Amino acid sequence: MTTENTQLEKQSLKNVVIRFVGDSGDGMQLTGTQFSATSALLGNDIATFPNYPSEIRAPQGTVYGVSGFQVHIGESSIHTPGDDVDVLVAMNPAALKTNIGSVPPGKTIIVDTDNFTKKNLSKAGYEGNPLLTKQMDPFVVIEAPITSLTREAIKEVGLDKSSADRSKNMFALGMVYWMFSRPLEHTIEFFKKKFKNKPLVIEANIRALKAGYNYAQTLELMPSPFVVLPAKMEPGTYRIINGNTATAWGFMAAAEKSGLELYLGSYPITPASDILHELAKHLHFGVKAFQAEDEIAGVVSTIGASFAGELAITTTSGPGLALKGEAIGLAVMMEMPMVIVNVQRGGPSTGLPTKTEQSDLLQAMYGRNGESPAIVISASTPENCFDYAFIASKLAVEHMTPVILLTDGYIANGSAPWKIKTVEEMPEIKPRLVKEVEGKYEPYKRDKETLARTWAIPGTPGLEHRIGGLEKQDVTGNVSMDPENHQHMTKIRQEKVERVANYIPELQVEGAQEGDLLVVGWGGTFGSLFTAVNSMYENGEKIGLAHFNYINPLPKNTKEVFSRFKKIIVCELNMGQFYMILKSKFGEFDYYKHNKVQGLPFSVVELMNKFQQILDNK
Amino acid sequence: MTDTNKPVYTFKDFASDQEVRWCPGCDDYVVLRSIQKALPLMNKKKEDFVFVSGIGCSSRFPYYMDTYGIHGIHGRAAALATGIKLANHDLSVWIATGDGDALAIGGNHFIHLIRRNIDVNLVLFNNEIYGLTKGQFSPTSLLGQKTKSSPFGNIQPPFHPGELAIGSGSKFFARVAGGDTKLQQSIFVEVEKFEGAAIIEVLQNCVIFNDGAYDKYTDKAVKMDAQLRVEHGKPMIFGKENNKGLVLDGLKLKVVTIGEDGITEDDILIHDALDPDPTLHLMLARLEMPIVVGVIRAVPGKTVDEMCNLRLEETRAKSPFKSVNELFASGETYEVK
Repeated sequence: MTTENTQLEKQSLKNVVIRFVGDSGDGMQLTGTQFSATSALLGNDIATFPNYPSEIRAPQGTVYGVSGFQVHIGESSIHTPGDDVDVLVAMNPAALKTNIGSVPPGKTIIVDTDNFTKKNLSKAGYEGNPLLTKQMDPFVVIEAPITSLTREAIKEVGLDKSSADRSKNMFALGMVYWMFSRPLEHTIEFFKKKFKNKPLVIEANIRALKAGYNYAQTLELMPSPFVVLPAKMEPGTYRIINGNTATAWGFMAAAEKSGLELYLGSYPITPASDILHELAKHLHFGVKAFQAEDEIAGVVSTIGASFAGELAITTTSGPGLALKGEAIGLAVMMEMPMVIVNVQRGGPSTGLPTKTEQSDLLQAMYGRNGESPAIVISASTPENCFDYAFIASKLAVEHMTPVILLTDGYIANGSAPWKIKTVEEMPEIKPRLVKEVEGKYEPYKRDKETLARTWAIPGTPGLEHRIGGLEKQDVTGNVSMDPENHQHMTKIRQEKVERVANYIPELQVEGAQEGDLLVVGWGGTFGSLFTAVNSMYENGEKIGLAHFNYINPLPKNTKEVFSRFKKIIVCELNMGQFYMILKSKFGEFDYYKHNKVQGLPFSVVELMNKFQQILDNK
Repeated sequence: MTDTNKPVYTFKDFASDQEVRWCPGCDDYVVLRSIQKALPLMNKKKEDFVFVSGIGCSSRFPYYMDTYGIHGIHGRAAALATGIKLANHDLSVWIATGDGDALAIGGNHFIHLIRRNIDVNLVLFNNEIYGLTKGQFSPTSLLGQKTKSSPFGNIQPPFHPGELAIGSGSKFFARVAGGDTKLQQSIFVEVEKFEGAAIIEVLQNCVIFNDGAYDKYTDKAVKMDAQLRVEHGKPMIFGKENNKGLVLDGLKLKVVTIGEDGITEDDILIHDALDPDPTLHLMLARLEMPIVVGVIRAVPGKTVDEMCNLRLEETRAKSPFKSVNELFASGETYEVK
C-alpha cells in the first residue's frame, strides 16, 4: 500500500500536532510512537510527549483513566511537542472531555462513536451526547464507528472479542496515516517483529490498520490529506530516542570511554525507573544495575561501588533525592565521584508523579546538612540527556565529587530524533585512579589545578587508607576536629566545585546577542523557550535566550551575558528557584520572573504573550 | 581465592597509626585485637580487605585497621558493603556495626543484606544501649531497663538479633562473648571461609552506660554453667563439670544433667550447623540460660554478589556487542541525506 491519493488534492503543512487519547488500556502510547517513528522515517523532525495517568489501569471510561500521546511533526526544526492540537483522536467521551480544550476552532476531532454510549457519557460526566450539541460546531468532527468497524474488519481472524477490540487503536492510526499521507509499512513490520509468535495478533492489527486507512480514503467527510515535507536536518544516521534512554546510554558511553565499569544503585520511582530498566538490559556491557531495598541503599551502595572503583550512578525522582540527601553529603565529605540523576516531577511529597516540574533545583543545590557543595547540571532536550549524562560522569571522576544531573518527566518521557553518536567522538575521560605512590599514600593530596584528590581502590597493594564522614585533615585524611582545618577543608570543597567553571563551556545566547530582553531558562524548558524567543527574534524583536545546562558552578561569562540586555526574565516550572540563585549571585541585575506549576510544560503562546508584555512596557 | 604468594603478616600489619579511642575496659579493644590476629591466618592479601561501618562507638573500627576502609553514615554500612562487594567480588568485606546502627536505623539494610546473602562478615557489637549518644535505650535493651531516654523503664520490647537474622533467612549466625578473644579469633577465621552473609553477634559490655549487662553469662564464677559453646558435629554439652547438656522435650529445648534421671551422653543433641532447616538453630539462638555461643548456623547457599558476577561474565562472553556504538546503531535507525 502506498500513500497515493489521486482523488484529492493534498494540502502542504509546515507542522502538525496530533494527539491520540483514550483509556489507559487503549494502546494510545503505542499508536503515538508508531506515528512518530513513521514520520521520522519520512524525514520529519519530531517531538513527542506522552501524558498518562498515575493509575496503571484506572476504571474504564473515566476522566482520570485517560491516557494520551502527543506528537509534533514538521518540515522545520521542532523543539516542543506543540501547544495547540491540530488533530485530536478521542476514543471515548472521557478522552474528548479532557482534551477538547486543547483544540482550537477549525481543527479536526476524530471520535469513536461506538463508545459514546449512555454509560460512557455518564462516566465522563456528560449529561447528553456532546456530538449532538452545538459544542462541536467550531470543529471539523469526524464521527467514525471505530470499534464496530474494527470488529467487522477482523472477524475472520478468529480472535475473541476483547482481544479483537485491542486492535481498534490501529484502525484509528490507519485513518490518521491516510490523513497525513504516511505509509503503513513501518507499522506492519513492527507488528510482525513484536508478535512473532502470535500470528493472529499480527493479522488482526494489520487488517485493522489497513481498514482504517481505506475507510479514511473512501470517507467523504474527511478533509483532504495533508503533506508534511521532510525537515532540513543535518545529514547523518538518526534514531528516535527518549530522554531516559538517552540518559542511560550516555552513562554507558562514559563507562566505555573512561575504561570503568558502570554501576547503578537504584530504587524504582516514577518517572526515573526507565533508566533502571534500560541499564538492567545491558549486563553484556558489564553494567551492574542493582535494585536496592530503598532509595538510601540505592545511593549508599553506589558510594560503595565508587569506593571500589566503578563509574557509579544512582537514579531517582524528587522524593528519592530527599531520602538520598545524607548519603550525598557523605560523598561530598569523602570526595567520592558519583552521579545522582533526578528526573524531576511535581511535588512536594508524592505530588504529581507522572507530571513534570523543575522544583527540585534548590534541593539539588542545598538539600544536605552542612556546607555541602556538589556540581549541578541539567539536560534540556530528550536527546541531549545523552551528552549531559556523559559530561556528569566525566566531571565526577575527574573532579572527585558527586554530580547531580537534573532532568524532568517532560524530557525523560518525550522523544526526539537523535543523530547517533559514537564513543570515539565524545571527549576524553581521565579518572584520577592511582596505582602506586612514593612513600605513604595520602588520599587527600590534591591536584593543583582542580583541587581533586586521587582515587585508590581496594585491591591496590600499599595504598590502604580509611575515609569517612568525619571531618578530616587535608592531605592525610586522618580524622581531625581542629577548628582551622575544618574551615580550610570547607573552603577547599567549595573551591573545588567552583573551579569546575574552568572546565565547562561558556554560556551561549540564542537569538539577539544583545538588546531589550534576555530570556533565562534552564533544563527541560528549552524547547518552549527557544521556540518562543526564536519566533519573536525572527519578527525583529531584540530578544535572546540564555539557557543554562550548568548551574553549579555557573558558566564564567554569565554576568557578562546578562549585562548585554536591558531586561532579564527568568522562566521556570517552579516558584522561582533559579531566580533566587541568580539574585544571590548577581544581585546587581533586576529580574522579571515567569513561573508555572501545573505539572505541564510552558506553552509557546503564553511565553510569547509574557515576553511581549515586558517588551512593550518600555 | 587461594593465594600462595601471600606475604606472612602479623597482627601489627593490620594496626593503623591512629590512636584507639574507646573507653578503657571496653570490649571493643578485645574484638579489634582478635580481628587483627585472625586476619594473618586467612588466605587473603592485606589490600583485599575492606572494613566498613556506620555510626556508633564500634563504627570507629575501620580507622584502627590498616586496610581499606569506610566510616560511613548511620545505619548504612550494609548498603556500602553491598555496593563494594557487587563492584569487586574478590574483596573480603567486613562490617563493624552496633545494635542501634544495624537493628534500628539500619534495620532495613540488615535484613536485606541477609536476604541477598551478600558475602560479607557482619560483626554486630551488641551492648544493648546507645553508647556514642550517651546512654539511650536501643532495640536490644531489655524491657524495664532504665536509661536516659527511658527513666521510668523501657517499654519497647527488644529484638533478639539471632531471631531477626535467622528469621530473615540468615545462613550464618554465630555468637561470642566480648571478652572471649580465643573464640572470636576462631569464629573470624571460620567466617572468612564461609561464602555468604555471616552475622556474628558479640555480647559487648559497655563499661559506661550499661556495665554488667552480660555478667550473668561472663562472670568467671558462672561462665562455665551459663555459656554453651556449640561445635558442628559435637554434642551440646557444657557446665563446670561438663555434665550438662541439651535435649529436645517436645518442641522445646531442655537442660539436663548427664547421669541424672537415666540421661546418658547419647541422649544429648548433636549440633548440626549445616542443617538448612532453621528450627533448631532458632531455638538455640533464643535460649537464655545457658546462652549459646559459637557458630550456631552455617548453611552453604548462593550469594547474590556471586550470581551477579557469574551472570555478568557469562552474558559478556556470549554478547555479540563489543562497543556501545553497536547498540546505538542497532534497531530502528534512519538516514538523513
